[in-house]
Amino acid sequence: MARVLGVVGETLLTLGIILGLFIVWELWWTDIGANRHQHDVVANLDWGTPAIVTPTDVSGGGTSTDPGEVVYREIPAELEERVEAPPSIVYPANTETFATLYVPRWGYDYVRPISEGISRHAVLDALGIGHYPETALPGGWGNFAIAGHRTTFGKPFDRIEELQVEDALVVRTEGTWYVYHVTEMEIVRPWFSAAIAPVPGDESAEPNGRYITLTTCHPRFSASRRYVVYGVLDYWAPAEAGYPAEVIPPGAATVGGGVGTGEGTVS
Amino acid sequence: MYAWIWSKLPGKRPQKVALAIALVFGVTAVLFLWVFPWIAPLLPFQQQTVGG
Repeated sequence: MARVLGVVGETLLTLGIILGLFIVWELWWTDIGANRHQHDVVANLDWGTPAIVTPTDVSGGGTSTDPGEVVYREIPAELEERVEAPPSIVYPANTETFATLYVPRWGYDYVRPISEGISRHAVLDALGIGHYPETALPGGWGNFAIAGHRTTFGKPFDRIEELQVEDALVVRTEGTWYVYHVTEMEIVRPWFSAAIAPVPGDESAEPNGRYITLTTCHPRFSASRRYVVYGVLDYWAPAEAGYPAEVIPPGAATVGGGVGTGEGTVS
Repeated sequence: MYAWIWSKLPGKRPQKVALAIALVFGVTAVLFLWVFPWIAPLLPFQQQTVGG
């Protein structure tokens, strides 16, 4: 009898320890691995972190400031394209990282990879943000729908509730910047697939614009609801032209671009 | 079970302690690197996608 009790006790103890280890793994270990991995993924895209121009690159008599200072080349207003359709990209292979996401509300250093597919093992747990297959590509006619973890595994959408209407959501592919802004936030049931429909919220509607949808879990650590952020494309611009004003930290030195600053002057 | 494992560990006490620690470390590594990543998507938390 004592022997049987001993075995039961040891089994319960073992299960308790494994459960405890699982919590440690989920809440702590997954972030460490995934954060490092997602950072590496962006760093290893040869276009992932666009070159920042330094004062020495500034031709045309820019006043030389601190040589170590970072100067952003701002996209000139005339290159911000709001009418023409953006160039299309080749549909990415499953798990291929084809874009990056910048969200200034989450910090000017926020850059995360976007990869094809929403499989947990291959994409969401490993690469971070995943693109719903068959939805539009960045800047595409329809809805560019992406999903990401809100907790654990590097939690790319950790601060989703801080987003407000009009906030910029900036997507970068190898050749193009796509600047969206937030139009609406919503908490939905998990089966609300209309969230990623070509016209968000209306599965029967014909595509009528260039939208973006972000989905993540809600509340944190729960599967009961989804937190959804909708946005619409503002403009696109060629990547080699510089940085969109939206992703340049306030107060940073810029060159070119915007209204009022002439070409080649450091402001 | 634990008593049985302890009795099977070779050597004197210090060696047994060292082996036991290594064993715990190894089991934890197997759980962290293979078992937990495999089981996590099957559990009903942390779902972030909509639709089927």
